[in-house]
Amino acid sequence: MDIELILKVWVFFAKAALVTVEVSALACALGLALGLIGALGKLSDYRALRYPATVYVSAFRGTPCLVQLFIIYFGGPQIGLNLEPFAAGVLGLGLNIGAYMSESIRGAIVAVDRGQWDAARSLGLRYLPTVRLVILPQAAALMIRPLGVNTVALIKGSALVSAISVVELTYTAHRFISSTYKPFEMFALSAFFYLIIITVVTRAIRALDERYAVQGHG
Amino acid sequence: MGLDFTVLLEYRDLILTGAVWTAVLTIVSGIASVFVGTVLAVAQLSRNRWVTAPVAAFMWVFMGTPLLLQLYFIYFGLVEIGIDLSAFWSGIIALSVHFAVYNADVIRAAIAALDSGQYEAARSLGLGRFQALRLVVIPQALRNVAPALGNNMIALLKESSLVSIIGVMELTLSAQKAISETYRPFEFYILAAAIYYVLNMGLEYILARIEQKTALTR
Repeated sequence: MDIELILKVWVFFAKAALVTVEVSALACALGLALGLIGALGKLSDYRALRYPATVYVSAFRGTPCLVQLFIIYFGGPQIGLNLEPFAAGVLGLGLNIGAYMSESIRGAIVAVDRGQWDAARSLGLRYLPTVRLVILPQAAALMIRPLGVNTVALIKGSALVSAISVVELTYTAHRFISSTYKPFEMFALSAFFYLIIITVVTRAIRALDERYAVQGHG
Repeated sequence: MGLDFTVLLEYRDLILTGAVWTAVLTIVSGIASVFVGTVLAVAQLSRNRWVTAPVAAFMWVFMGTPLLLQLYFIYFGLVEIGIDLSAFWSGIIALSVHFAVYNADVIRAAIAALDSGQYEAARSLGLGRFQALRLVVIPQALRNVAPALGNNMIALLKESSLVSIIGVMELTLSAQKAISETYRPFEFYILAAAIYYVLNMGLEYILARIEQKTALTR
C-alpha cells in the first residue's frame, strides 16, 4: 500500500464522490417523479395513459442503461437535444431508474386494499385526492424497501456516466489507475467512498422502513 | 441532420455479429456466475472463520461498488501485478464475479433454508461432506432459487454492454464502430437497444422454460 500516494490524491476522490452523490440524488428525484407517474399510468383505466406508461417501463427496463445514456448524449443532438454530460447523465439515469421505480411503486399501490379506493371515491373524493390522501400514505410504508433497493442500484449505476465523461468517482479512479500505475490503491480509495455512500444510504432507508413499517401496521 | 434509418441495413452483419457476441458473453458469464456463486455460498456456510471472513469481505466490496469500477480494476489494474488479461477475458471475469456475488447471496439463503435433515440423511447414508453438498443440498437449493438466479442473468445481459468500454466487440461496441463511420449515433444506438430488448425477451422465455422444467411437481 502506497499510503503517501493515497494521502496525496484522496482529495480528488472526495470531490468526485460529491459528484457521484449529486448525480445520484438528482437522478433519484427525477426517477421518483417518473416512477409515480409511470405507476399511476400503468394502473390507469384509460388506455391513452396505460399504453405509454407500459411502453416506457418496458423499454427502459428491457435495454441497457449505458445504451440509453448514449442515445441521449450522442444521439440527442440529432433530434435537437443538446445536453452537457452532467445533464445527460442525470436525465439518462433518472429515466432508467424511473422505470424500475414505477414497478416498485405500482407493487405497493396494488398491495393497498381495493376497498380503500372504493371507500374514498364513495366519500366524494376525486381521483387525485384519493391517491394523495388515502392510497399513497398507506402504500408509502410498503414501497420504502423496494425503492431503497432501486436507489442503491442507481448509485452503483451512476458509474456509467463516466462513459459520457462526467468526472465522478469511477471516472477519477480510471484516470488515476492509468496515470499512477497503482491499481490496488486507487481501487481501494474509490471503493472506500462508494462503500461509505452506500452504507449511509442503506442505513437511512432501513431507519425509514423501520419507522414507517411500525406505523403501517399500527 | 435528420434521421435516416436506411443506413442501418448496410451494417447489419456487423451489428448482428455484435449481438451474437453479447449472447456469448451473457451465456458464458451467466453459467460461470452460478458456479462461482455456489462456491462462494458454500464457503460462507463454512464453520471456519478463516474462510468465512475473507469471503464475506470480498462479497461486501463487490456488492458495494459499481461493476464498471471492477471492470477497470481487472482490465487496467491486474496488469500491474503481472496478470495480463485480454479485454474479452477481463469482461467475462468481471461479469462472472460481479454476478456471482449476487447469486451467492441468494444461494446461501436457499441452502440455509433447506431442511438440515437433507444433509444429515445424506451423511448418514455414507456420503462425504462434499458429496452431500454436491448431490443433495446444492441441487435442491439451486432449484428453489431458479427465479432469482434468472433475474440476475437478465440483469447480466444488459450489464454486459459495459464491456464495450474496455473494447470488447459486442453489440454496443459494434454500434459504436458503425457510428464512427456514419456519424449516426441516434439510429444505431436505437437499433442496439431494440436488439437488446429482443435478446432480453428471448432470455426471459428460455428462463421461464427452465423454471418450468426444474420446478417440483408437488
